[in-house]
Amino acid sequence: MNSNGAEIVLKTLVNLNVEVIFGYPGGAVLPLYDAIFKQNRIRHILVRHEQAAVHMAEGYARSTGKVGVVLVTSGPGATNTVTGLTDAFMDSIPVLCITGQVPTHLIGTDAFQEADTVGITSSCTKHNYLVKDITELEETLLEAFYVSKSGRPGPVVVDLPKDVQNDHANYNSLKIKRPASYRPLKRPNIGKIKELTEVILNSKKPIIYSGGGVINSGIKASLALRKLVDFLNVPVTTTIMGLGSIQASNPNFLGMLGMHGTYEANMAMYDCDLMICIGARFDDRVTGKIDSFSPKSKKIHIDIDPSSINKNVKVDFPLIGDAGVIMSLLLMDLKSSKIKINKEHLRRWWRRIEQWRKKDSLSFVDSSNTIKPQRVLKELNSAIKDKDAYITTEVGQHQMWAAQFIEFDKPNHWMTSGGLGTMGYGFPAAIGVQVAHPKKTVICIAGEASFLMNIQELSTLKQLNIPVKVFILNNQYLGMVRQWQQIFHGARYAESYSASLPDFCKLASSFGIKGIQIKNPKDIKKSIQEMLEYDGPVVVDVCVEKLENVYPMIPAGGAHNEMKFSDEDSNIAGTKEGMALV
Amino acid sequence: MNDISTHTLSVIVDNKSGVLGRVVGMFTSRGYNIDSLTVAEVDEDRSLSRITLMVTVTSMVVDQIKAQLERIVPVRKVLDLNDIGDFVNRELILVKVKAKGERRVESLRVADIFRARVIDSSGQSFIFELTGSAEKLDAFINLMKPLGLVEVSRTGAVAILRGAKALYN
Ligand SMILES: Cc1ncc(C[n+]2csc(CCOP(=O)(O)OP(=O)(O)O)c2C)c(N)n1
Ligand SMILES: [Mg+2]
Repeated sequence: MNSNGAEIVLKTLVNLNVEVIFGYPGGAVLPLYDAIFKQNRIRHILVRHEQAAVHMAEGYARSTGKVGVVLVTSGPGATNTVTGLTDAFMDSIPVLCITGQVPTHLIGTDAFQEADTVGITSSCTKHNYLVKDITELEETLLEAFYVSKSGRPGPVVVDLPKDVQNDHANYNSLKIKRPASYRPLKRPNIGKIKELTEVILNSKKPIIYSGGGVINSGIKASLALRKLVDFLNVPVTTTIMGLGSIQASNPNFLGMLGMHGTYEANMAMYDCDLMICIGARFDDRVTGKIDSFSPKSKKIHIDIDPSSINKNVKVDFPLIGDAGVIMSLLLMDLKSSKIKINKEHLRRWWRRIEQWRKKDSLSFVDSSNTIKPQRVLKELNSAIKDKDAYITTEVGQHQMWAAQFIEFDKPNHWMTSGGLGTMGYGFPAAIGVQVAHPKKTVICIAGEASFLMNIQELSTLKQLNIPVKVFILNNQYLGMVRQWQQIFHGARYAESYSASLPDFCKLASSFGIKGIQIKNPKDIKKSIQEMLEYDGPVVVDVCVEKLENVYPMIPAGGAHNEMKFSDEDSNIAGTKEGMALV
Repeated sequence: MNDISTHTLSVIVDNKSGVLGRVVGMFTSRGYNIDSLTVAEVDEDRSLSRITLMVTVTSMVVDQIKAQLERIVPVRKVLDLNDIGDFVNRELILVKVKAKGERRVESLRVADIFRARVIDSSGQSFIFELTGSAEKLDAFINLMKPLGLVEVSRTGAVAILRGAKALYN
């Protein structure tokens, strides 16, 4: 069947079961928009900034496990996606981004709205393609989609010159084909699984450290993790990306680890004799000072990406493969093993952990005059307990408090920018989540400064009229920056005051969106209910305590056993080397 | 941790536009230094190119480099020849020497000892061609310097395993 390039793109996306495209038009994608206009299989969501399109696609992808699809024009449209693509790359999120390009005969001439999209995005994508010949279009799109979602997922760009969109060729309904050079999945080495079984059953103080790879591996992996934890009765902690891989309500869950993780999680990581790392990558926010990272333990590392092994921390037992597959095999092997884990050692280990737990490291001093951000999130958490809610966050203190106080019992319900730490991620991501789950409660926990970074999407939200709730913890500061300035730079608050803030309720209402302000601690419960019960989008401006800090905290450059618990804690400033860290 | 040594990597890639850029870009973005790099198509039918890379790093870093190279989609195979067995490693050099009289004669004598070939000569210059290991080429350059060496062009190393075993097919 003869079609033009633009129609081939749409047909191929339909063939791939794509339901929705997040995009923004422009000269170099007019044929594609014409093809969108002429069909009704795929829904197009008009964003207000291309960066937001990528974050929406990320939210869509993370909450469904599907690939998020983006369409933007050449030049500025493409360059505007770079932050989103980098974010998806760092957090291993499958996104297919189709960018328009100037016609092939103008490439390289600095034509109007030409940018070297393949060059610019090659270090922030898993792979990218420039399609110069229409006969390669269908196959390239299929390959790009496959690369994006397979193995360790990531963003892929397909750059499509305008003449190729207008050219004609047959649409062939091809099947997805793996490129010959690309081997995303290694079958796990079964012999190694036996070795792991032995190591695990002979350990005295084991801990599982689970990350975003478990979420990415699919729901089965989270179920396998739960079985593994229950069978062994071992403690488990997660990275910020791994929240939800184990139920927050599981008694073996120690909370998140790392810079703002719980005392018990970090101490157990420090003190363990066996660390079982599954789908996590020993990020510096997690390890703290690398020389003092879990000094006494043997380390197992299960990961799909060989380049994650021994990148930051040398491990003793690496095993490459899909986290879910490996955990299931491991569980079978553990169950059939004649040796059993030593219950007495484990009991002692748990007694130790219970001591650390008693420290109650997430406790905070509440107030009846001002709204404590921790308090308001605890209230929010209990209000959404039975709602199967999806939560996204922006970046800053509110993000850390959300990670500490919102409890996730399921995977794929928590979307935050972990790797890149992108302010402006959470609000568009929430729109993407709500597009995928129109009936569910979707809340973006935001800081006032982050929200301003993609606030134009209020217009998209109003157009869609879907019930995303933006819950702003408004402390009138770039709070996380201010916290570091307080701790490391003598409380010189250079440019970290959120000056000239808008009235968020009036701002929302100017878009036709409901606004609620919470000023008094007494109103928290009632206003949260009002937000949740309102059938439509809401912006909630919570006026929280301005100078509250996130604790516990491992100061940059510190070790897991060097946590600080409050502003009063001495010697929080950390080391000179730590000062150089981000 | 101080096991720094030089590794010769053979990287088999699809011969498509931009692949070399991706390989080199990985080194730039992750802060690794390349000692030497050569690239050319080696299998026209399947459109495969072979990149030979030399790096001087610890064993942990070379493992990381290999894994990072393997993540690049059009990279088919990455082999550390040092891990696999004995291999030969050769480089080609072109050296221009501008000299008259006694120094001109002496440069020909040195070339003869190294079995370098004269591939161009004029009244006052020679161009010598020489292949060999990097050490041999360095020695040749050092001897030619006082004799009027004015310009050098070097290919960087190519390498291949000894014996009957083939790395890719
Ligand atoms: C795009 C971007 N620019 C700068 C930063 C650095 N940064 C990290 S947190 C933060 C402050 C965020 O302020 P706000 O959104 O109000 O959140 P709060 O920390 O106050 O909760 C800044 C500027 C960032 N993470 N992302
Ligand atoms: Mg703030």
